[in-house]
Amino acid sequence: MNRKTLLALTLAAPLAHAAEESHTQHTHSMQDDEHAAHQHMGHGYPAPQEASAPAAPNLRHAPNEPDHVMDHEVLLTKVTIDQLEARENDGGALEGSVWFGGDKHKAWFKTEVERAEGETEKAELQALYSRAIAPYWDLQMGVRHDFELESDSRNWGVLALNGLAPYFFEVDTSLFVGEDGDTALRLEAEYELLFTQQWILSPEIEVNFFGQNTPETHTGSGLSDVEAGLRLRYEFTPQFAPYIGVNYEKKFGNTADFARDDGEATSETTWVIGLHAWF
Amino acid sequence: MNRTREPQIALPALSRRRFVTGVAAGAALLGMPAGANSAVPRANPTPQTLRGNQFDLHVNYQPVNFTGRERTAVATNGSVPGPILRWKEGETVTLNVTNHLAHDTSIHWHGIILPTGMDGVPGLSFNGIRPGETFTYQFELNQSGTYWYHSHSDFQEQQGHYGSIVIDPAEPDPVACDRDYVVILSDWSDESPHDIYAKLKKEGHYYNRRRRTAGDLWDEIRQKGVAQTWQDRKMWNEMRMSDRDISDVTGYTYTYLMNGQTPDGNWMAQFKRGEKVRLRFINGSAMSIFDIRIPGLKMTVVASDGQNIEPVTVDEFRIGVAETYDVVVEPVDDRAYTLFAQTIDRSGFARGTLTPHPELRAEVPAMDYAPVLTHRDMGMDHSGHNMGGMSGMDHSDHDMGNMGGMDHSDHDMGNMGGMDHSGHDMGSMGGMDHSGHDMGSMGGMDHSGHDMGSMGGMDHSGHDMSSMSGMDHSQHAGMQSGNAGQYSLHGGRPELGGMQGVWFTDGLVRAGHGSNSPIVHLPSEYRYGVDMRSEMPGNGLNDPGIGLRDHDTRYGRRVLTYADIRNLTPTIDRREPTRELQLHLTGNMHRYMWSMDGIKFNDAEPLMLKYGERIRITLVNDTMMTHPIHLHGMWSELETGDSEYIPRKHTIIVQPGSKISYLVTADAYGRWAYHCHLLYHMPGMFREVRVV
Ligand SMILES: [Cu+2]
Repeated sequence: MNRKTLLALTLAAPLAHAAEESHTQHTHSMQDDEHAAHQHMGHGYPAPQEASAPAAPNLRHAPNEPDHVMDHEVLLTKVTIDQLEARENDGGALEGSVWFGGDKHKAWFKTEVERAEGETEKAELQALYSRAIAPYWDLQMGVRHDFELESDSRNWGVLALNGLAPYFFEVDTSLFVGEDGDTALRLEAEYELLFTQQWILSPEIEVNFFGQNTPETHTGSGLSDVEAGLRLRYEFTPQFAPYIGVNYEKKFGNTADFARDDGEATSETTWVIGLHAWF
Repeated sequence: MNRTREPQIALPALSRRRFVTGVAAGAALLGMPAGANSAVPRANPTPQTLRGNQFDLHVNYQPVNFTGRERTAVATNGSVPGPILRWKEGETVTLNVTNHLAHDTSIHWHGIILPTGMDGVPGLSFNGIRPGETFTYQFELNQSGTYWYHSHSDFQEQQGHYGSIVIDPAEPDPVACDRDYVVILSDWSDESPHDIYAKLKKEGHYYNRRRRTAGDLWDEIRQKGVAQTWQDRKMWNEMRMSDRDISDVTGYTYTYLMNGQTPDGNWMAQFKRGEKVRLRFINGSAMSIFDIRIPGLKMTVVASDGQNIEPVTVDEFRIGVAETYDVVVEPVDDRAYTLFAQTIDRSGFARGTLTPHPELRAEVPAMDYAPVLTHRDMGMDHSGHNMGGMSGMDHSDHDMGNMGGMDHSDHDMGNMGGMDHSGHDMGSMGGMDHSGHDMGSMGGMDHSGHDMGSMGGMDHSGHDMSSMSGMDHSQHAGMQSGNAGQYSLHGGRPELGGMQGVWFTDGLVRAGHGSNSPIVHLPSEYRYGVDMRSEMPGNGLNDPGIGLRDHDTRYGRRVLTYADIRNLTPTIDRREPTRELQLHLTGNMHRYMWSMDGIKFNDAEPLMLKYGERIRITLVNDTMMTHPIHLHGMWSELETGDSEYIPRKHTIIVQPGSKISYLVTADAYGRWAYHCHLLYHMPGMFREVRVV
């Protein structure tokens, strides 16, 4: 049986395979034992027990990894829910990402969804190719799609620099170029302050700039809006942490004017409660 | 010069339960009583001792319970650890290893000198043992002492696939004792090793439960003021590194075992008052470095990595993953003693009891303070160097070789190498002709002037220059020529910059005395996979290691260092090394990537050695982790400053931000593994050594 077949078999039916193989071998090795028993010097190994099914959670064996520990380039998937939260006034938000790949190359998806007063205000998805370029930095490029619920959807090209800046600021800087030549720039930074190993305060800020006025999306050129948050989470495990916090949003310049024209407030502070998790 | 205490973290009062099972602590937070769902653990099978020269070993699945939860281990002959194999020097052993797993397996006989085909490394020495197959190992034993065996497949070692080997000497044993016990230490997790590895890749500090908090910052500000605190934190903040990053995987998931027993399980060994007891310590862990002591007893270290050494009496010693140390103790009182093995990061311990009566127990000591890394551990600073020791040296009788074994050696030339190369345009080195590199110009530098001010703005505050200026540098001809030697870059693929490894051939320091060659960081170290380079690596030889450096002054404990180790019998191969390989241990903690010279195993070409040649390997640790490095098939002859009695080791600890040198006689044809023995560093920090 060649290696690939074996691997396939292993993948397809690990339990059956294990049982079958070990059974066969069991008989074989017992014969060996009897045959050689008189030559051996006192090591009464009890009858080898049936290989139990390798279904135990701690025995999980990544199927695509070779058994040579030194050369397995593992491809991993990380799903991060940065924020999944309910906000005051019938609002809510989801911010998260999924990456898949190895050390250098990854496929990277980012999403942001925001709702306020029962309506979806923002829903976007980015699909990026991410490449490690420096010890703490990934260069990312790809596309962003905005799901505009009231008007046409929009597409953007994305160029982003994502990583860890000195003083442990997690930074994501994205430049967007729209199909019609529109431009936008988004700066995001986040910090973690540990009160204990489990109580963690996380301040964060997002700043958006646009290169033009776009009445359909109610965004104006220049500094458009700032969103600042402060969230206190409790890590039951590093992977599962509910939080409470406060979120502050303020619109500036032409964007603020658009809001005022619509009779909307230009700034808003809301309490939030949510979950931070990854796996 | 004052010896300053190492910075420390106040140890939170954790219940022992927490160490025994990290999972139970998590459960408690979720409001469940820890252990509520744990049935009375059934006793795990204990290892048998097998003697003789023919063995049938069965690698199988075995239900175990170390934490109150049922798990399945990968066991050998039904126990974790596997059986103790008791061999006899001079005999030929035959081992039929049958794989009852659903995946490939293998057994590597760690520290045994044998033909490459018997070494048990899938991909290098053989193809591994397929499910259901039996592989027969057969080799002759030309050594004696304490060793161990473990799987070299996948992460099986973490799952329980390891055991002990004791080879009795053909000649009468120079170590007389009344009792003889194997003490194998290991780390068990209820998690799958693949999950552990994936978590580390996704969040490098996942298992670190001693990250800096606001409270720590506040304490620091109260002690030192805002300005000084800012200054002290600055480098760490700018480098995005944590000074509390001691172990990648900790007691948060690990339960530490002594001979397969948890701390609560309390492995016991008996003695009678007045007896000499030999304890053969083996670190069979996947990721845990231990500091071992027996409160109330002095330990006389009689062997290191299986090889007899001149006895050294100590209170405490560090054992890197895969190392072995044999100690002899002579309890004079009719009382019990605790064998205490705390991990390097003090996140947990393994424990057993040496007792005259099975009912007698000894107190289990509290763990020592948890260490914090310093600039020294980044290879940046000399303030931590023990210059006091230097001034005590007899400079008039200055033997160049001795210096190799001292702190002093790396700071002359090592510094200069670092200095010189920091200014180097490394990006352009790929295309350069390095054979023409004029290192001689460095040798021509004025050492008497010692322009330390220009050395790259490093911190020399602790440097006692006055004692140095008293030295006669004109006598340092050996050192200068060592520095002036040409080096060449061997082999390598063009796409990797056309080079791999730095080889020095001229002006090498005498055998036994280490290296004075300049520190050269290859262009491959300037990539996303490497987050740090030691510009001025310290000397790892007389450094007990992080967390142990002040145990002498603080607790009055004598701690073993490599500088204390001398072989019991004279050096066998007395030739001088003909070339020196400088290899850097590199990594990126944030991305959890490990490599040598910035190149992972996958992308690296074999290191080629000529059969019969004697070389020096100098390892430079460009990370803040302590790496135990293991060369298969040949001895690593540690240069501790005495060429007459060079100790032979199979695994050598390289301290953070430090360097260390050893000699290798390439007396074994074939393909050999050469790697860090921390299991989750192996996927990258690994090389093939090929002797042709
Ligand atoms: Cu390592």
